[in-house]
Amino acid sequence: MKARTRTHAAAGVLLTPFFVLFTLVMVVPIGYAVWLSLFTEKQSGLGFGGTETVFSGLDNYTAALGDPAFREGFAVLLGYCVFYIPLMIGGALALALLIDSTLARARRFFQLALFLPHAVPGIIAALIWVYLYTPQLSPVVDAMEAGGIGFDFFAPEGALPSVINIALWEWLGYNMVIFYAALQAVDRSVLEAATVDGAGAWRTALSIKVPLIRASVVMVALFTVIGSLQLFTEPLIINKGTGSSVTSTWTPNMYAYTAAFDRNDYGLAAAASVLLALTAALLSFAVTRFTGRKGRKA
Amino acid sequence: MSSRRTSTTAGRWMSKTAVNGALVLAVLYMLLPLVWLVTAATKDTGGLLAGNAFSFEDFNLGANLSALATYSDGVYFRWYLNSLLYAGGGAVVSSLISVAAGYAFDKYRFRGKEKLFGAVLLGVLVPTTALALPMYLLASEVGIVNTYWAVLVPVLVHPFGVYLARVFSAGYIPDEALEAARIDGAGELRVFWSIGMRMIMPGFVTVFLFQFTAIWNNFFLPLVMLSDQKLFPLSLGLYAWNSNAHGEPEFYPLVVTGSLLAVVPLIVAFVSLQRHWKAGLTAGSVK
Repeated sequence: MKARTRTHAAAGVLLTPFFVLFTLVMVVPIGYAVWLSLFTEKQSGLGFGGTETVFSGLDNYTAALGDPAFREGFAVLLGYCVFYIPLMIGGALALALLIDSTLARARRFFQLALFLPHAVPGIIAALIWVYLYTPQLSPVVDAMEAGGIGFDFFAPEGALPSVINIALWEWLGYNMVIFYAALQAVDRSVLEAATVDGAGAWRTALSIKVPLIRASVVMVALFTVIGSLQLFTEPLIINKGTGSSVTSTWTPNMYAYTAAFDRNDYGLAAAASVLLALTAALLSFAVTRFTGRKGRKA
Repeated sequence: MSSRRTSTTAGRWMSKTAVNGALVLAVLYMLLPLVWLVTAATKDTGGLLAGNAFSFEDFNLGANLSALATYSDGVYFRWYLNSLLYAGGGAVVSSLISVAAGYAFDKYRFRGKEKLFGAVLLGVLVPTTALALPMYLLASEVGIVNTYWAVLVPVLVHPFGVYLARVFSAGYIPDEALEAARIDGAGELRVFWSIGMRMIMPGFVTVFLFQFTAIWNNFFLPLVMLSDQKLFPLSLGLYAWNSNAHGEPEFYPLVVTGSLLAVVPLIVAFVSLQRHWKAGLTAGSVK
């Protein structure tokens, strides 16, 4: 009994700092966002009396959902996810399998070189690529033109590929390292057994290695989905001053930021944030369910 | 028989070339923008805008560095110190908090444990940028907007770190070691500090690096919270300079050279701690 009280006290001491901060920094702001989203600031009288905050129910939600700019933001996000997520997961898996294959040389070098872009802050990655996208400044655009490929990275149809490319550059190596670490932990005798049974490198990779690291794939997929929904920095940099088609409400996150800090409409911004968080929750649920079921079938 | 062997050797050689060729291509894609960052940092405004980017002609790095050091009373290096403070201090404290919580989740039994841990996992899934705006409004009510605390306090919470720490604790700290210390009469907190902490070190380094990188790269939170340039981290400062550069191209060399220097600490941290965080990642992904 005495020992039990002692361990309870210790667990309490070790957990308290985290949960106090967790409450302050996550639980309270979520509650506050929901609360804020139910109110609207109204000009009182003829505008002389300043503003007053009135309860408006779900008006902010209908306003956000009724705004074409907000809906287009979700359409952009959908397009982004449809291309980015398969490219990211597939690319990182392919690179990890290549490095893990018996044919690869200089594994440490490849890993580190592929990982390096992740050490570049997102804002700097975006700055670098904006230079590399700009005609006249960019050796990449020059080389493409010399090869007969004319592509305007800032045109309406170029915006999505431009942003996806920056995100891939930043995160491919990072996710590759996670997959590679998981592959390293795969029991080598399983792989030897597969080789003895006559499975080639392709077959071993796709039907043995990938299913064995499913937990890591699900984890990376979850983080990729949540990260995608928060898309902000890269399009913001492309938006500022390149004259591109990326608008200040291009993604839902940018919409919320603009609503709060350009229009001072905190209620609308909070509603947009809550809708974004709900989407994240739904998608995370879908990813875990989808990958879980697929895994059980295999 | 011998012809068969030659053909498989040839096949193996071809696959080897294909595998390594694909990897080299991927590395070129990853490294060329970084090479550009290095060469571009050696150019003055004219050289940058002229566009012969991948070369060291008109070597101007020294002048760029001194411009960086002197512009606006050396505000750049102030940002640098701020970033080190936010990322270094924030990551040390948040990793300690995460490891303590992860260890408690792994080693102790108490009521409602898995429910509490479920809350932590939900925290992993909350998009942090959706929290930034309500956090800003709360911080302005408390009166800490535009102070160090506004950026430092939110980054101390790292639910994914707690999850990782629990996995690491289960993988690295055998219960027998703790039991032995208890029999020797050590108190629970002392057991955690002198046995648990020591054994979980590779996990601690992994959690620390994740958090250090995340804070160093943090942009949205400082953008929302800070207006005083003196409190800016590098990311926000460089963003401000870049916004000026469209009107005044003299800012371009400052942005590029400043970006190059801003990348250095992370590369140094990752390369020097590689052994630890990779051990950590392997352990983290097994379970």
